[in-house]
Amino acid sequence: MTGILGLASSEFRIALRNRWVAIIIATMVLFSLVLSAVGSAPTGALGSDRLSVTVASLTGLAVYLVPLVTLLMSFDAVAGEVERGTLPLLLTYPVSRAGVLLGKFLAHLSILTLAIVTGYGVAAVGAFAVDDGAMTGLPAFVRLCWSSVLLGAAFLGIGYAVSAYARRPGAAAGLAIGVWLVLIVLFDLGLLVAVVADDGGDFTTSVFPWLLVVNPADAFRLFNLAASDATSAASGIAGAANTIPSGRALVSIALWPVAGFALALAAFRKVTP
Amino acid sequence: MYKLTLSNVTKTFSDLTALDAVDLTVEPGQRVALLGHNGAGKSTLMKIILGLISADSGMVDVLGFEPGSGSARARVAYLPENAAFHPALTGLEQLRLFLRLRGEPVDQAGPLLERVGLGDAAGRRIGTYSKGMRQRVGLAQALIGHPKLLVLDEPTSGLDPVSRRDFYATLDRLAGEGAGILLSSHALTEVEARTDKIVILSKGKVVADDTLSGLRRASALPTHIQIAARPGAADEVAQRLKAGRHNGVMVDLVCTPETKLSRLGEVAALGALIDDFDVIPPSLDDIYNYFSRRDGQ
Ligand SMILES: Nc1ncnc2c1ncn2[C@@H]1O[C@H](COP(=O)(O)OP(=O)(O)OP(=O)(O)O)[C@@H](O)[C@H]1O
Ligand SMILES: [Mg+2]
Repeated sequence: MTGILGLASSEFRIALRNRWVAIIIATMVLFSLVLSAVGSAPTGALGSDRLSVTVASLTGLAVYLVPLVTLLMSFDAVAGEVERGTLPLLLTYPVSRAGVLLGKFLAHLSILTLAIVTGYGVAAVGAFAVDDGAMTGLPAFVRLCWSSVLLGAAFLGIGYAVSAYARRPGAAAGLAIGVWLVLIVLFDLGLLVAVVADDGGDFTTSVFPWLLVVNPADAFRLFNLAASDATSAASGIAGAANTIPSGRALVSIALWPVAGFALALAAFRKVTP
Repeated sequence: MYKLTLSNVTKTFSDLTALDAVDLTVEPGQRVALLGHNGAGKSTLMKIILGLISADSGMVDVLGFEPGSGSARARVAYLPENAAFHPALTGLEQLRLFLRLRGEPVDQAGPLLERVGLGDAAGRRIGTYSKGMRQRVGLAQALIGHPKLLVLDEPTSGLDPVSRRDFYATLDRLAGEGAGILLSSHALTEVEARTDKIVILSKGKVVADDTLSGLRRASALPTHIQIAARPGAADEVAQRLKAGRHNGVMVDLVCTPETKLSRLGEVAALGALIDDFDVIPPSLDDIYNYFSRRDGQ
């Protein structure tokens, strides 16, 4: 265990030196600030408190940004070690491959948590500043924070799997962007097209609700929007899926980090140093 | 006491046979040099011992454990042939990480770096190190804890002559404490005096596995006796010893291992005619050349 913590602290230090920590925190804060600025336009008709509105728009942001940022952090994890030639020596130390991944995971997840708390925190402070009733939105905000960390954990695992599968940092970067496009953008578009074509048939009623929670990003969005009152901010797919129980989505976002890690470990085990 | 044993180990990469029925043992406290041309299979053999890659067939027993198992890894230290580290970490941080991975106290990092002569550079990032300095970080990490077996792939490459001597002195101490040492090298002259056994690989086959004197005998390469004659006596010395070659002062006598002693007797009998003499056995260079060629053709 001390070995894994040692790996985690080295990894954190490396991310600090490479300015990854600063870049990721700055990105989250910047986007949150922009969202807050946009969100502070008069929206009185909504009838919700300011923080709930902020949570709804942060949810929309997080679905794109959290997977992107985590994939950027994780794509180099295995491929970078292979490229630098540091992997053979590391693997002769008494630490398992799962331990190596876990060390990196702990470091990356704490960086992400730091960025989420700072970024969302800035937006929340903005909400409290303009609305005294923002306290009512606090549970939704807390839920958004921890589910964002879970979403990030899921994509860290996916990123490590991509990294181990590609073996070269360049290829891993390309693949990571591809995965992001497919899971975050094309998946929803595909579903939308299918639902429209199906026109209320069997697909829409029985397959579609499952497909929607299988994707961790969609499950995350569903979970946060279903749980918050500000669903009017939702649109498209999420609006159409209002009927899906949020418990199912919760199970999905809770299981994905485990599944992602298992996927990463399976891919890493195939890497010969 | 446990040892390293390989028997009948074969490894192929698609159509290339990198190792062909290799047998090898390293006893506790024994220093074994692994020699061979580029591509002979030295690094491949070491990676199999460490469990980084698996053999196609044959048996590998690392101190009584499976190669690459947790128990084996806890007892074996490795120095890869191109030791690489993360450039953003300092030498000290890198060593602390390795110490934590081995469950050793991290305050040894400083002394370990001192020992390989990196005390002054310990706080600098490895990205700024020279090749030899990186190699020293690699050596420092191989000394962590009390490894029972050290597998060192070209450990002295990139080291200056003084650090090489220090390195071999460290190896002697570790071997004295009972650690087995397997090291590969292209620097034959330094290996010659510093190892107990020499194994020569040629195209994946073990073509020699013996002590240096055993290899000398097996190769039957000639020994040279160089005689410095008294001024003006060179011709007479050459004539009485029936030596082929002389340059006016020195007489060069070539003899087989069997005739060496009797020839020395003849030399001694000349008494006042000679000033001095040296016996020059075949060097490891000659022996290496002999064994790696004989089988390569
Ligand atoms: N992963 C691999 N895939 C294919 N061939 C390989 C692989 N690793 C090694 N080989 C081949 O196996 C042979 C032995 O390589 P190895 O690295 O063991 O040589 P070596 O004795 O260490 O040489 P050197 O003195 O140059 O370090 C070479 O022909 C090499 O090309
Ligand atoms: Mg080699």
